[in-house]
Amino acid sequence: MSIVVGYIPSPEGEAALERAIKESTARQARLIVVNSSKGDQLVDDRLIDAKQHHDLEARLTESGVDFWIQRQTQGIDAADQILQVAEAQRAELIVIGLRKRTPMGKFIMGSVAQRVLLQAGCPVLSLKATNDW
Amino acid sequence: MDTFNLLMGGFESALTPINLLFAFAGVVLGTAVGVLPGIGPAMAVALLLPLTFGMETSSALIMFAGIYYGGMYGGSTTSILLNTPGESATVITAIEGHKMAKAGRASQALATAAIGSFVAGTIGTALLVTVTPIVVKFAVSLGAPSYFAIMVLSLITVTAVLGSSKIRGFAALGLGLAIGLVGMDPVSGQKRLTFGFAPLIDGIDIVVVAVAIFAIGEALWIAAHLRRTPAHTIPVGTPWMGKEDWKRSWKPWLRGTAFGFPFGALPAGGAEVPTFLSYVTEKKLSKHPEEFGHGAIEGVAGPEAANNASAAGTLTPMLALGLPTNATAAVMLAFLTMKGIQPGPFLFENEPDLVWALIASLFIGNTLLLLINLPLAPLWAKLLKIPRPYLYAGILFFATLGAFSVNMQVADLWILLLIGLLGFALRRFGLPVLPLILGVIIGPMAEEQLRKTFQLSSGSVSGIWSEPLAVGIYVLIAVLLVLPAVITYIRRSRGRHDVVAEAVLGEVADQPKHKAGVSGTTADDDERENS
Repeated sequence: MSIVVGYIPSPEGEAALERAIKESTARQARLIVVNSSKGDQLVDDRLIDAKQHHDLEARLTESGVDFWIQRQTQGIDAADQILQVAEAQRAELIVIGLRKRTPMGKFIMGSVAQRVLLQAGCPVLSLKATNDW
Repeated sequence: MDTFNLLMGGFESALTPINLLFAFAGVVLGTAVGVLPGIGPAMAVALLLPLTFGMETSSALIMFAGIYYGGMYGGSTTSILLNTPGESATVITAIEGHKMAKAGRASQALATAAIGSFVAGTIGTALLVTVTPIVVKFAVSLGAPSYFAIMVLSLITVTAVLGSSKIRGFAALGLGLAIGLVGMDPVSGQKRLTFGFAPLIDGIDIVVVAVAIFAIGEALWIAAHLRRTPAHTIPVGTPWMGKEDWKRSWKPWLRGTAFGFPFGALPAGGAEVPTFLSYVTEKKLSKHPEEFGHGAIEGVAGPEAANNASAAGTLTPMLALGLPTNATAAVMLAFLTMKGIQPGPFLFENEPDLVWALIASLFIGNTLLLLINLPLAPLWAKLLKIPRPYLYAGILFFATLGAFSVNMQVADLWILLLIGLLGFALRRFGLPVLPLILGVIIGPMAEEQLRKTFQLSSGSVSGIWSEPLAVGIYVLIAVLLVLPAVITYIRRSRGRHDVVAEAVLGEVADQPKHKAGVSGTTADDDERENS
């Protein structure tokens, strides 16, 4: 069995990754880290570069879980990418980070998180960057 | 000081609130399109052409001047931060500028580029003020044969000397001249290349051609190459320079200006040659030659200044002779023609208010550019985060709307699409766009002069070389065409290479190697950029 986590280098992404590592250690499951960019922007800080990839690898190795990093630089958007990987791996859990977004912002930009929540065939664990209580 | 009074009069009309507003809109828009690789000032001006129908000619021209200068400033920002030159003129800037940015000196690189551009732009515009009236005085005395010869010279140099492949250059030029021929013969009234298609009798509107080539062609081309691995932003603060940076920058600025203006002012034009020359010179003269290739500030300051000075210089042949030598100037000239203003040496005499308001607005635009670029550079870099499909969809939409609004006829949309596909094919097969657009614009003008020549000589071919200046220019053209071949021959027989050029070119070729380690960004599909 495996756990899929959507990861971007941001507080939300870090929180999701941390929790996903905990979950996969507890469940003895394989952890699949998905990082993707549609590749339609010239500059995209959400895509991890070689150095970040290396750091991430080191960090996951240290945690002792069985892991796989899926880095997609172009093509489909993040929600589709997460759902595809989750389906292909028959994931038991998807972990994603949520960020604050105004209703208007969501209306215009859409929401990756919402699509994952609604379309995933397995439980989705979503968390914020910080616990407020 | 007649010129001075005229210039002051120009300032008077350029400083009215409404014109200031247009100048501001122009520089903001210009910087934006300069920052975005693939969208150049030529495309921006072409897209805005239909919007200017109802506008005051001087206001529109002031806005275009802002876009023209703004494109140069914006291009350097992208070159430095992303190593993706937004403009062909800023390719050299990217060599040292991006290295500086990687070494954490992005702020200084941006500052020296912006201040250097300002210095060079201001000196260049001042030179424009002094040189242009002299050129005009000389140009007024030119007869049709000499005029025709100068046009041939500028077409040949842009096509054969500046481009990388002569055959491709001439192919593009031929296409442009053919498009320029479509329509009714101005003398005999015979229909040419209309294929019995009624809307073609009036010729193809230059706005439609410009929009199709720059906007549709480029958008289709980018759409075909949309996928590329995004880069990471390089964090920048507000640009600033230390004492040492100033000391190392001011001389390259001035030398760059000295290189840039004359090259721009020649009816051959092009900013690539002076930026390259400036880079090589700075490398030779620098006290820190070891820093070149690793982010030397001189290597940013010199070429950036050269690039802006040549932008100012380009306006000399455009205003004095009616000869554009780069794409943006060509579209600006098309705008003048569209407004019923005859470009050429009589422009200064017939429309002094317009010309001097334009020149004054160049000074104003340059100052505005420094003000909006120096503190706001990090903000401009954010434009690179716009998802490109939105951007190009928008461009296609406005291009179609614009082309339709010219004559309100559906046939124009088909012509737009056809020439747009031609523009895509040009890029696909590596044909330069500049000779084509110059062919479309200069072609009919040259034809007019040629017909005049023949009328004067009552149909005899010898009329072409009936003026001494014309003969001189034809000799020059012959030399320009033959010289490169001779040089290659001599060099091959001696078995020697140009050491300096090779050293620089070697570094350019090295670029992807250094980058590959970071994020695998190699696909520089924007390299085919046309200014």
